[in-house]
Amino acid sequence: MAEKTYREAIIEAMAEEMRRDERVVLIGEDVGRFGGAMGASKGLFQEFGSDRVIDTPISEAAIIGSGLGMALTGQRPIAELMFIDFSGVCMDQILNQVAKVRYMLGGQVKVPLVIRTQAGAGKGYAAQHSQSLEAWFTHVPGLKVVMPATPRDAKGLLKSAIRDDNPVMFIEHKLLYNTKGEVPEDPDFLIPLGVAEVKREGSDLTIVSHSRQVLNCLEAAGELSRQGIEAEVIDLRTLRPMDFEAVKASVEKTGRLVSVEEGYPQCGIGAEVVARVAEHCMDSLDMPPIRIASKDSPIPFARILEQETLPSPRRIVERILAARKWTRHSQDSRLAV
Amino acid sequence: MTEASSSLDPQTRISLYRQMLRIRKFEEKTHELYKAGRLTGMSPHLCIGEEASAVGVISALNPDDYILSTHRGHGHCLAKGAEMGKMYAELFGKETGYCHGRGGSMHIADVAKGNLGANGIVGAGCPIALGAGLSIQKRHTKQVVVCFFGDAATNQGTFHEAMNMSKAFRLPIVWVCENNLYGLSTPIENVAATPTLSDRARGYNMPGVTVDGMDVEAVRAAAQEAVVRARAGEGPTLLEVKTYRYFGHGASDHRPYRTREEEQDWWKRCPVANFRRKLLSEGVTTEADLAELEQKIDAEVAAGIAFAESSPDPEPEKSTLYVYTED
Ligand SMILES: Cc1ncc(C[n+]2csc(CCOP(=O)(O)OP(=O)(O)O)c2C)c(N)n1
Ligand SMILES: [Mg+2]
Repeated sequence: MAEKTYREAIIEAMAEEMRRDERVVLIGEDVGRFGGAMGASKGLFQEFGSDRVIDTPISEAAIIGSGLGMALTGQRPIAELMFIDFSGVCMDQILNQVAKVRYMLGGQVKVPLVIRTQAGAGKGYAAQHSQSLEAWFTHVPGLKVVMPATPRDAKGLLKSAIRDDNPVMFIEHKLLYNTKGEVPEDPDFLIPLGVAEVKREGSDLTIVSHSRQVLNCLEAAGELSRQGIEAEVIDLRTLRPMDFEAVKASVEKTGRLVSVEEGYPQCGIGAEVVARVAEHCMDSLDMPPIRIASKDSPIPFARILEQETLPSPRRIVERILAARKWTRHSQDSRLAV
Repeated sequence: MTEASSSLDPQTRISLYRQMLRIRKFEEKTHELYKAGRLTGMSPHLCIGEEASAVGVISALNPDDYILSTHRGHGHCLAKGAEMGKMYAELFGKETGYCHGRGGSMHIADVAKGNLGANGIVGAGCPIALGAGLSIQKRHTKQVVVCFFGDAATNQGTFHEAMNMSKAFRLPIVWVCENNLYGLSTPIENVAATPTLSDRARGYNMPGVTVDGMDVEAVRAAAQEAVVRARAGEGPTLLEVKTYRYFGHGASDHRPYRTREEEQDWWKRCPVANFRRKLLSEGVTTEADLAELEQKIDAEVAAGIAFAESSPDPEPEKSTLYVYTED
């Protein structure tokens, strides 16, 4: 084990897989000598050369299409989309091509393609460079969606994504690149896709989250613990396929559900989690579920506004404490979400 | 008997004719089946009139070269080696179809024959062709990619992205624009900045060639030049094939946007009938031989439809098969 940053973990995962399998290539804007807009491919060009680390024009549809065309013809590409916000200009390639070609062709092809991209707010990048659009992709059959919260998960999940024969949206968080954690060095260290992890055990309440918000949830859980409430924090890690069994087991134990995400509140990941709990373990709930997301607006620029828009440990704690007073028969609907 | 007008040997010329006639007959039968209410879904986009494009271009390829096709793709699919039976089965939505009933008319492809797929999204094949080209470049296999698209697709952003990147990276791609003068009802001349679409190649610093798409030998010759360039590592070519779809965009299209006279003029240039006449007048073949060839194709069509009709439906409980490899 060694202490590594999330960025280093991602670079290491790609480097190891590229050494292991000659078919793995990286393609995207400024991923070569420059090392990626987030520095998340530093050193790969130097080690693997321009045949396998390919700098493209600023043509996102061409990048995703290139990834798909390579995947259909025997390569295992990683296509980097610099910001998830740019998926708007290549959405057809992701939605109608990458996600569906295997199905439309009745299984004649496999699409071993990873689309690595980066999401999230907190750096004052404003409305077109700060979104968390994971729910869009989680909606679509044919894609897998992965969103790691820690360096260890980033490495193990990215390696699994590269070895997977299906298209994977691998969504990093821009505020996590410099975070540090223990990362195994075994080149065969893998974390399977579709398996959630309990990041903190607790008996009173289940908090389901993913990506950077997991860190906020853990901080919130620490504060709640000081107030006598033990929260269990589940990191979904993979949004599609979703490890609902892990959520269910926890909710059956705690009887309380809170979902926390950085995306927009309507039709988000929380909506899916809450809906599944309602369908499959409603009887276990002692309290109406709580959904915490960003505020329902574009991400603002000014720091004070941006902070107001995003979930924070304080907001998570406040919502939970307020809701615990709420009962099914209360007249006070202010606190019902 | 007149002097032979072609540099091609008789066998090759007859094979070009045979392929065009296979496509013509496949499509005529498809139209009949649709009109008779025996095919469900969106009406198939027939390529009747455009046979010389599919056959001329694909005859210039090796079996392991790739193509990307379009919503008007039955001809490309057949010319690249697909079997009629599995194609009809797909049109009927049967389990034995190329896509096990998951694709239908707009997505039929025999991937094993190098067809990387047809597409329901106008212009969407162009970016995918780039990847096939990059993959060839990396593997040093000297294969070539042909990407088919319609005139209307040249107004998509994907076209621009792909043309530019293919030239910048010298990818082994032949861009084949099947200009049938219309995108659904819209005349390309009303919506394109360049009346000649191959002129667009200049903006990408690549060769742009326009060829008579009603002459299969001319198409083949033009495609061959582009294929040779691509295989030699000299980069992509934009080949504009001037053609015409004799039928509507789909079955419900009664073509109010064009005159019957215009259609008659194009019928006079029918790529199949004219090539037949040419082969006879140049003594390449005889009426008797052609009658036999035609009979064989009729039998192939009949057998294909019989296979499709007698095939089982897909199992409803397996409708989610092929979403993921684990399914
Ligand atoms: C992105 C997109 N826009 C619109 C359509 C609807 N549509 C299908 S085919 C077609 C016309 C395409 O014309 P062209 O590319 O010239 O091909 P043709 O049908 O003439 O062979 C249209 C508008 C579509 N399928 N995809
Ligand atoms: Mg057209």
